[in-house]
Amino acid sequence: MNLNATLLGQSIAFAVFVIFCMKYIWPPLMSAIEARQAKIADGLASAERATKDLELAQASATDQLKDAKAQAASIVDAANKRKAQIVDEAKTAAMTERDKIIASGYAEVEAERNRAKEDLRQQVATLAIAGAEKILERSIDEAAANDIVEKLVGEL
Amino acid sequence: MSASDTGGPQTSGDYITHHLHNLQVGDTSSFWHVNLDSLIFSIGLGILFCWIFRSVAKKATTGVPGKFQTFIEMTVEFVDSTVKDTFHGKSALIAPLSLTIFVWIIFMNTMDLIPVDWLPMASQAAGVEYMRVVPTTDPNITLGMSFSVFFLMIFYSIKMKGLGGFAKELTMQPFNHWAFIPVNLVMELVALIAKPISLGLRLFGNMYAGEMIFFLIALLGVWQLPLHFVWATFHIMVVILQAFIFMMLTVVYLSMSCEDH
Repeated sequence: MNLNATLLGQSIAFAVFVIFCMKYIWPPLMSAIEARQAKIADGLASAERATKDLELAQASATDQLKDAKAQAASIVDAANKRKAQIVDEAKTAAMTERDKIIASGYAEVEAERNRAKEDLRQQVATLAIAGAEKILERSIDEAAANDIVEKLVGEL
Repeated sequence: MSASDTGGPQTSGDYITHHLHNLQVGDTSSFWHVNLDSLIFSIGLGILFCWIFRSVAKKATTGVPGKFQTFIEMTVEFVDSTVKDTFHGKSALIAPLSLTIFVWIIFMNTMDLIPVDWLPMASQAAGVEYMRVVPTTDPNITLGMSFSVFFLMIFYSIKMKGLGGFAKELTMQPFNHWAFIPVNLVMELVALIAKPISLGLRLFGNMYAGEMIFFLIALLGVWQLPLHFVWATFHIMVVILQAFIFMMLTVVYLSMSCEDH
């Protein structure tokens, strides 16, 4: 083996390269790698957090939906009840109105009939008087017989 | 490409010897000369590593990264998790050290996959006689790195356990009795020194053997093509595996240095 000063030259070069690597290569590369590792870890953690948040949001959305459904059902129930009530009230009011109208109709009819009766009575009275006048034209004084006729009319 | 095509030496032995010869500068009879080709390629690839990773690190975004940034980050995280699994102390040095070792050695080993004649031929054309392009097939390079690691092991041992603790570890194990101190010392020193030597030689041996097989395949003439492909495919595994082993053992040795027994 031919050992010579190359040995020393190589040792010196080795030392220089190692120091260069230690000072200018290793730290920036390592810090870049570590910074990226931290970033990735952060990213993974936040992704996990987001998943958890999403689960929570879904759960609360389901709850709210259930609440809303229940509320809607109760509102529909109340509306149905109210409808039935309104219909009942309307029915009652209509009944009353009908009764009232019928009653007034009866009253009107009654009044009409009374008036007709009265007319009829007047006409009968007139007719009776006319007839009696014809019969009694010659014998009876009109004024004297009038009270009898009145009496007749009252009996009708 | 066969030996005769290179325009270099004629026999197979000469061809291989020529390819195994470093471009040396300095006083070759003493220690004080260098394998210029190994150093140039090793430092060049080190600068390439620094440039690529630095350019990504400068633009690194904490948001969605680009494909290249992702690739670099995967490498960094692979090294980081390997280090964290093995080294339990706290150190700002170990992880960048491991990254540098891993990527740099992969780059240097990958030079083995360039066809063995291309760069030597190009350099010969440019007038340079010898050129070895795979730095990790040079024991100076691998041992230079492993001895640096060894230095760090000693440094951490003393820093974590103190000089006394380190001395005690060398002298009071495995036989905890004062009479055994010389025996312990010999055993522990052998174990300690074996670590950087085996670390460096393992990488060197693997890459040297791989390169040697590329040379032998290159001698086959036209039949080298399918064989080269097969061996290169297999060698990709060796390239990465050896880089990983070097990094892993570095981390293991350093964590052993930091731990109290």
